[in-house]
Amino acid sequence: MTLTVRPNDKEKENELASWEGSVEELRGLVSDRAMTGETMLLNMGPHHPSTHGVLRLLLELDGEEIVTCLPDIGYLHTGIEKNIESKTYEKAVTLTDRMDYLSPMSNNMAFCLAVEKLTGLDVPARAQTIRVICLELSRIASHLVWLGTHALDMGAMSVFLYCFREREMILDMFEMLSGQRLMGSYFRPGGVWRDLPAEFLPTLQKFVDIFPSRVNDYETLLKNNPLWRDRTEGIGVVEPDEALALGMTGPSLRGSGVNWDIRKATPYSGYEQYEFNVPLGEHGDVYDRFYVRIQEFHESLKIIKQAMKNIPGGPFRSENRKFVPPPRAELGRSMEAVIHHFKLWTEGFSAPDEEVFVAVESPRGEIGCYLHGTGGTKPRRVHFKTPSFMHISALNKLSAGHMIADLVGIIGSIDIVLGDSDR
Amino acid sequence: MPIANAIDPVESLKAALPDAVKGVKIFRDETTIIVDAAQIEKVMHHLRDTKGLLYNFLSDISAVDYYPDASTPDRPERFGVSYHLYSLLYSRRLRVKVFVPEDDAHVPTVTTVWPGANWLEREIWDMMGIYFDGHPDMRRLLMAQDWDGHPHRRDYPLGYETIMFSFNADEIAKFKPAATN
Repeated sequence: MTLTVRPNDKEKENELASWEGSVEELRGLVSDRAMTGETMLLNMGPHHPSTHGVLRLLLELDGEEIVTCLPDIGYLHTGIEKNIESKTYEKAVTLTDRMDYLSPMSNNMAFCLAVEKLTGLDVPARAQTIRVICLELSRIASHLVWLGTHALDMGAMSVFLYCFREREMILDMFEMLSGQRLMGSYFRPGGVWRDLPAEFLPTLQKFVDIFPSRVNDYETLLKNNPLWRDRTEGIGVVEPDEALALGMTGPSLRGSGVNWDIRKATPYSGYEQYEFNVPLGEHGDVYDRFYVRIQEFHESLKIIKQAMKNIPGGPFRSENRKFVPPPRAELGRSMEAVIHHFKLWTEGFSAPDEEVFVAVESPRGEIGCYLHGTGGTKPRRVHFKTPSFMHISALNKLSAGHMIADLVGIIGSIDIVLGDSDR
Repeated sequence: MPIANAIDPVESLKAALPDAVKGVKIFRDETTIIVDAAQIEKVMHHLRDTKGLLYNFLSDISAVDYYPDASTPDRPERFGVSYHLYSLLYSRRLRVKVFVPEDDAHVPTVTTVWPGANWLEREIWDMMGIYFDGHPDMRRLLMAQDWDGHPHRRDYPLGYETIMFSFNADEIAKFKPAATN
């Protein structure tokens, strides 16, 4: 049986028949009531202001209530993993930026940690501290976009531009570091691309001084707002063990009360030195996931303040010249530097024919990077397990029984980025 | 009842399912257990449910294509599928690997153990062409529904436009006749 509106014109009808799909294709995926037409199949198509990117949701609706939600991704698939197989490790870092484009440093981090683990490359203490500062700034920037767009979708439109005003300050700092506001490829295997410029720390200090009061502003706008609470409390509830079984991670998992933060459990890049709390929710609903991220603003600021206070001196990138190019000044003085530079620029460094897996805590959840080398200069296989991928797959469980308006809130609360899920 | 201490996953697995374990590899403090593909579901149930192991989170399923390298005793087949597990209680990771032959590329699904494996396995079917038996919804995920081929295989081209030189002009012209103008 096909679902179609019957036009009066026979010609028009034939024209339609060429592209309409049969509901038979969806047997087993949607409930049996859709087969008879009792429930309606609605396409919340890739072009939609609330789906945070090109996400297609096939909704089976009983009136306004969602019976099944079938996500269809792949509209932003750019083949990053296959592309990396034809690039050397240093060049591949720029490709990893493009996955989760709202917090590009986390993707860089996952890939660089995997390369460093595979090759056994050291990272000096100064680089680790700089990386932590950048990661936490990236977390704040990503949460600001999340808050702005989530509130915008739910109708609280004034929050959006306030969040972006703060994000401008962070993007200015990223531009100081790497020359690019977003996607700077600042992290490289062995450390960071270049040292902190002189104007970075004073700007960061200014940001750290004014930001707490701004977060309090956002909190007061939404936290006790009766409209906000009405629309978010009790919506999209997921039990802790169900969330774990579905593969949810990060703040979306912590909203259900599961105490797992990779920065605490299996720390990397010196996170064990910093004191910070891991905010947890209780009910596993949209409001708790929202409030966990609001509290993460404060925790990230705490980490940045501690890291800023004592940034160790020393090199900003590993000195292992087999992997890291020498500074340009050295090229005029040393023959070995020229040879290393030449080898790294023409060929790149080699990694053993082994596999490693590294996971980092991105603002969205756990980014896992599986890296398999060939013994040569290009990887055999890179696979990124991205949090948005897992969270979109959980949408069916989260949204069952809710209305479309609630679905908008649920999508906002799991904080998806389609570049992250499709790669 | 006190929480059990962490036990060695390799020993525990060898004791419970001795014919499933094909090998163990340790590299950069990561343990990989190579198991028989047909018994992967039993292995996963054991790793998830045994006290002292409790690998209750599936981090990732990745497939790797070893083409065109020849088979070695270490890598007997063309494809390898790695399951990355994490135990929240003991904060440790484990990799379980299976090798899958090219002509009979299928592995039992682990969606009965972790529902989150659903999309991870769909992506591997879409991209690598490894079928997962018993999977509730084995369709393409990232590529279009009517796409031909499995892009992440090593013999699948990257898909960019090949630069035409004199030595490959004829090859390219076969597919792009207008390019010879």
